[in-house]
Formats: sequence, structure tokens, C-alpha cells
Amino acid sequence: MRLAVIGAGAVGRSVVELAGEYGHEVVAVADSSSAVVADGGGTASTGVDPDAVVARKAERGIVGDDDPDDALAADYDVLVEATPTTLDDAEPGFSHVTRALERDRHAVLANKGPVAERFGDLRAAVADSDGEIRFEATVGGAIPAVSTVEDIEPGHVTAVRGVLNGTANFILTRMAAEGLDYDHVLAEAQDLGVAEADPSFDVDGTDAALKCVILANVLSFGAADDPADAREFTLADADVEGIRDVPGSALRLAAEDGRTVRLIGEATGDTVRVAPRLVPENGTLAVSGTQNIVQIETSHAGRLNISGRGAGGPETASAVLGDVGRLE
Amino acid sequence: MSDGRDGVPETASDEPESSAPGASPDGGHAAATPSTHTVRLELVDEPGQLLAALHPIADNGGNLLSIYHERGNKTPRGRIPVEVDFEATAERFEGIVDALRSEGVNVMQAGTERYAEEVTILLFGHLIDTDLSDTLSRIEACESASVADVSLAAPQGTEEVSSARLRLEARAGETDAAIAAVRDLAADKELRVVEPLTGVDA
Repeated sequence: MRLAVIGAGAVGRSVVELAGEYGHEVVAVADSSSAVVADGGGTASTGVDPDAVVARKAERGIVGDDDPDDALAADYDVLVEATPTTLDDAEPGFSHVTRALERDRHAVLANKGPVAERFGDLRAAVADSDGEIRFEATVGGAIPAVSTVEDIEPGHVTAVRGVLNGTANFILTRMAAEGLDYDHVLAEAQDLGVAEADPSFDVDGTDAALKCVILANVLSFGAADDPADAREFTLADADVEGIRDVPGSALRLAAEDGRTVRLIGEATGDTVRVAPRLVPENGTLAVSGTQNIVQIETSHAGRLNISGRGAGGPETASAVLGDVGRLE
Repeated sequence: MSDGRDGVPETASDEPESSAPGASPDGGHAAATPSTHTVRLELVDEPGQLLAALHPIADNGGNLLSIYHERGNKTPRGRIPVEVDFEATAERFEGIVDALRSEGVNVMQAGTERYAEEVTILLFGHLIDTDLSDTLSRIEACESASVADVSLAAPQGTEEVSSARLRLEARAGETDAAIAAVRDLAADKELRVVEPLTGVDA
């Protein structure tokens, strides 16, 4: 497949670097201000040079000398949307995806915004297109959450829950293990690069909530006979509590009783909820550090647990490239 | 219409729960056979209260076996816990508990089948400034749950944020209602609740 990769952050760069290994060719790469399009607009079988793109981005902060619009207009099979997640109208990611669909091309998203905030609009755009969308990378990084739900069939999945934010999980794990308070552990996480300078998105539960909203949309639309009957979820439908205020003393009391606290997200076809919850200390959901886990509750197949790395460039790129493979 | 007898309970022996293992301490017996029950009551420390609490038991066919009056202990509301053992049939036992409640006696625990579910939650925030004992009493006052155990941690003193671990006993099937009651109360007092993942033996 010929890929146009929009977004040159950790995920976009990893997709560019790894695409060849998966048998795909990158014909265009764009970041917010620049682009590189393969000679002949991708029609020739010469893609862009991945090493050159990554080097230019590192050295000069641009991916090439073309205009970002040229990348969107390039002759690709699959557009990979890997720009930063934005909320509400989910732009510019949403328009990148719809432009691909209007041209009857596929889109694979690593950007949570369009799938969490405008799922109904996306489904409508897909209905009018010969292209499809996939978005495995938006939930749980490398963990195949969406495709597992699809394999089981959303109508036979009663709930999906889990630990979906590595930063919050790292903080809670360290607080419990070291008996330290939130502020102390957050500073440590920032030093280690596990938490951003502004950690709000992670510690306030927004990121986990977006992932659960996406799962709720998958369950709701997947279980409905007619998409018009499906309930659409957005972040506004999620009941979200973060971990910022959880005191060290609460974790100590939990530990005395063989329990611990994890930021747990839960999605059903009716509700989305993210909150710190008490779980058994050595239980399945009490994954450590930056690990994520997705637990799928099924009607006929019991409970499935998949844990792994929920973030990171190559990890998320592997989910993106898995989606590209499913579109072949 | 069927023959009309379907709705008429015959003997208690066809109640499925009476033969369910573990339903009562002597679960193998038919329900018509009196079995020993324990109720835990909460009494105001005033003369005549104990006698008033024992009347509904005797008047409704309970055969008193023992009374343990824990004068040294206080419940979270500052009342005296009393444990009463008596014999009664399963049917009469229900009537006795109802009679105690209608007499205004607070029944904290009545047989294992009444508070069958246990749930642990965490509360944090200004627990002490917002009157922890009032918080506990209000949970106790909720129909579906009783506070079995409280651990408090206030490492930064009573005026700062503190945490409490509460073990609640809830009636069968009412754990969610008990948690919802705690959640409402916490919202009222601007406390935060860390709920367990119920129904998930994670």
C-alpha cells in the first residue's frame, strides 16, 4: 500500500520508518508546516526516503520542502492521520480523514479526536465513500483492543474496561510502592519523560476517557442493526474523574487491605466512565508502571485480558501498520 | 386460569433458598424447623431500651437464647451494640426483624443472609473537618448498608486532607445502592470516593 503520513510526531515518524518492513511504501509525509511528496506524486514506485525525512525533521524541524496540502493531494492508498489529538471539531484531523474518504481512499487514525468527538460524522463520510477507516492505534497503543472487539462482534461484548493511560498508572504505581505523594511522583515522571510538562490530559483522565468513548462508539455502532439507531458518544458523555487529588494516605490504606488504586476506564454501549477505583493489589487490572490493560467482557466467551504497551512511537505505529494490513 | 393453587405457599420447605447451602447456619434444615439466628442491634443508652427491643422478638415467636450487651463498645453513632441470639423459623425470623424495625430499633445485622455482601471503599478529602462521625452515621442510616469497619489515615493532621477505608456490609443485591448512597453523601460534603470495581473479580 502507498501511504501518506500526516503528522510527524513520534508516531508519524515511526510509521515512516517501519512502513517498509511491513511491505508498504510512504509516498508523502506532512507535518503542520511542511511536506515531502515522492517524485511523480507517488505514481512512480519510488517512495520518500524514510531516513531523510526523519533526519530533516530532527535537524531542521521540517519534513521536506513541499506544502502540507501537496501531501493530502498525493496519490496514496491509505492516509495515516497521526496529528495531535484535538477535541470538539477535531480539526484539522477530521478534515484530513474526510478528504481521503471523498477521494475514495482509506484512512487509518492514530489521532483520537475525530473518532471520539465526531464518530457519527465519520461514519456518514465512510458510507458515501469506497474508502474505509480504521483506528486501532487510538486505543491502548500496541494492544489490539478495537480489532478484538470486532472479532468477538460488538453485539456480544457487554463491556470493555481497563487501564488506558500509562502516565496515570505510572504515578499511582509509584505512589503506592514508595509511599510518596502525587506531586513528588509527578515531578519524577516528568524527569523520566513519562509525564508531559502539562500532565492534565493524562492525570485528569481525559486521555483515558477519549479511549473509552471510542470503545463505546465501537460497541454502540457495532451492535446496532442500523447505524441511524446507534447512540453516538463524545467526551461530553463521559463521567470522568482524574487522579490529581488522590492522597498517598489513600493508597496506604488500600495496601493495608491487599488492594490498590488504578485509573480504570469502562465503556459499555450505554455508559462511559473513568475514575480511580479500588482493585485487588495482585489482580489482573493492577498492571504496573506504564503498562496498559484492556479487559473485554463477552456474552459467550467469558473475559479476555490483553496487556501491553499503551503508548510509544514504534508500539503505536505497529497498530497503525496492522490496520493498513487489514485494508489490503 | 390455572387451578388457583399455584400462588398459595404451602409449607416453607418448597422455598428454594431454605435448602440452599450456606443460606443459614443450619442450612440443611427445612425452614419450618426453628434455627438459631443472631441479630445485632443498636440501642440508645437509656433505661428500658433493651427490654423494648426484646419484646418484638418474644411477641413474634422467637425463643430467646442469649443476649450480649456490649456496654464497653459504642457504634459509630455513639450507641450501644447488642447481640441477641434466638431460635425461630425462617418465616418468623423475617417477621421479627420487620417488627424490630417498625418499633424503631436499628437492626445493624440480622443473620448472614441479610448483609450478605461486603464492599470496601476509600474516602478522601477533608474528612475530619466535615465531621467523620456524621458521615458514618449517615451511611449507617442508609437502608442498604452498615459500616463494619473504618480505618482513618490523617498523616498531615486533622485540618488537612485525610483518607478513610470503609468496609461496608450491604444487603444481598444492594451493594450498588449502598455505593450510590456513599457517592451522594460524598458529593454533598465535597469528599471523593474511590469505589471498588464491583462484580469484577479482577
